[in-house]
Amino acid sequence: MNNLVILPILIPLLAATLLIFMNKNIMLSRVFSVLASLSAIICNAYLVQTIFTNGIQTLYLGGWKAPFGIALVADQFAALLVLTASVVGLVTVLFSFQTIGKERERLFYYSGVQFLLAGVSGAFLTGDIFNLFVFFELLLMASYMLIVLGGSKPQLRESLKYIVFNIISSALFIVGVACLYAVTGTLNMADLSVKIAESGQTGLITVISILFLIVFGLKAGIFPLYFWLPGSYHAPPAAISALFGALLTKVGLYAIARVFTLIFIHDPGFTHTLMAWLAALTVIFGVIGSIAYSDVQKIVIYNIVTAVGVILFGFAANTPASLQGAIYYLIHDMVIKGALFMLAGALFVYAGTNQLKKMGGLIQSQPLLGWMFFISALSLAGIPPLSGFVGKLKIVEGGFSAGHMTFSILVLLSSLLVLYSIMKIFMSGFWGEEQDMRRRKPSIKGMVYPGVLLVVLSLAIGLGTEFIAPYINQAAEMLSTPEKYIQAVLKE
Amino acid sequence: MEFLMSIIVGIIFMAATYLMLSKSLLRVIVGTAVLSHGVHLLLLTMGGLKKGAPPVLKEGLTSYVDPLPQALILTAIVIAFGVTSLLLVMALRAFQELRTDDMDQMRGNDQHE
Repeated sequence: MNNLVILPILIPLLAATLLIFMNKNIMLSRVFSVLASLSAIICNAYLVQTIFTNGIQTLYLGGWKAPFGIALVADQFAALLVLTASVVGLVTVLFSFQTIGKERERLFYYSGVQFLLAGVSGAFLTGDIFNLFVFFELLLMASYMLIVLGGSKPQLRESLKYIVFNIISSALFIVGVACLYAVTGTLNMADLSVKIAESGQTGLITVISILFLIVFGLKAGIFPLYFWLPGSYHAPPAAISALFGALLTKVGLYAIARVFTLIFIHDPGFTHTLMAWLAALTVIFGVIGSIAYSDVQKIVIYNIVTAVGVILFGFAANTPASLQGAIYYLIHDMVIKGALFMLAGALFVYAGTNQLKKMGGLIQSQPLLGWMFFISALSLAGIPPLSGFVGKLKIVEGGFSAGHMTFSILVLLSSLLVLYSIMKIFMSGFWGEEQDMRRRKPSIKGMVYPGVLLVVLSLAIGLGTEFIAPYINQAAEMLSTPEKYIQAVLKE
Repeated sequence: MEFLMSIIVGIIFMAATYLMLSKSLLRVIVGTAVLSHGVHLLLLTMGGLKKGAPPVLKEGLTSYVDPLPQALILTAIVIAFGVTSLLLVMALRAFQELRTDDMDQMRGNDQHE
């Protein structure tokens, strides 16, 4: 029994509920949501430290023992992601002060952000597959509200598609849960793992696992299922795309990782090879998208797809090294994608356009923004002292030892093209002749700093690898030994 | 009984897929509603359709139907209900703003109008 585990869900949920009542008073809701996010961060950091010293924490809701009640399970992997999500949440809130506009703030914006964070934390921490569905719906409902908030024409058009795709994937999720329940008769993840280990992973269970791969792949944006992503992430304001880009696809990836390291682990020759192929195709299509566009936001969006492919490959290779790398890269990517969306948002406000052809020479007037773009480009590509390096190194190392030669080399080559795509922003946006001199440029002073905060954090992750490595190693070790998870949930 | 229900669920899924692939937005929404019906029916079927009393404790009864799928369906129904009502309102707003309910005309790359 440990009530600490529920706090990462409870704090944003309570904050969101209270924020509904203070929507008229913008100052109050700003202060309140910053305080809520800060306390969530402190609490999550404490959770990470507790797991580091005491092992996996479980909480049986209502005191019902594991397969019968709902259990919340915090292993190191989940706790690290919850911590990163709350940090990104805080920085997004800070970023929205300058960018989101009074109208949206009055329309329950902060409440929506906190509901989204509650859903994300819940999805990371739950130990029950139907409960995972409910938390997915919580975060999706919040994301529907955030994506359409403001009601501009592109937002309406894109959010309709986003909602319809997500309804379909949620329906498929229930189909998967129904089939799994019919075969095993349980919904608790640890118990599912035990039941499937006892009866052996039959063909039927492998089919269900592929159904889950499709469902979570739709949420995560893996290869044939990423088509909804570019349009939907392009429509809302920068703060909201930053939140989506940093968190939503990563929840899908987390679910894939959880399901394929805990439940469906007995037929890796089929499932994990399929995942590796999908990951490789995701990487290819992601880099094609990111070098094809000359629109700043589209470039960043397609880089999400590439990163999803790289992380999925790490989980597909399923060696200790590649799992470490995937966790490292997941955390790095949450931070850096948030930073890139915020920097791109500030750039859009300053330049008045997203088209690279229409800007140039911005380094003279906006040196900080320019160099931040430069650092995050290097970090995204995985240049050694920065945070993207260790993750990719470990993923490639794991890929080689799992025998996926071609795919590992593909991941390495994709780094080049990722670097090219972001450097394109830097080269043609910040260098060269300054265009459109007559237009009076708006001031973006406050908008750059939240992005800077995240870039600094990613630098710290890169430079302080020695410091976080024990946590990551523990998380990867917990992932590769599902027995520990099962033992922590189903005691005696 | 399960066999019959599976076929019915299959037909519902077929109808939902056909509706969701059509051009009119309202048909798409009807398709998602039909899909959720199919999913809930599937959840009930997969829980097993053996004969037994409703899951309310009473003296003298020994066999009940499985209560868990019913709880799951109840949860899924209210979620689907919430999402559908949001989708309907958004379709209305989209019709007022964009003056069309044709999904083909909702394409376009004019992000910065």
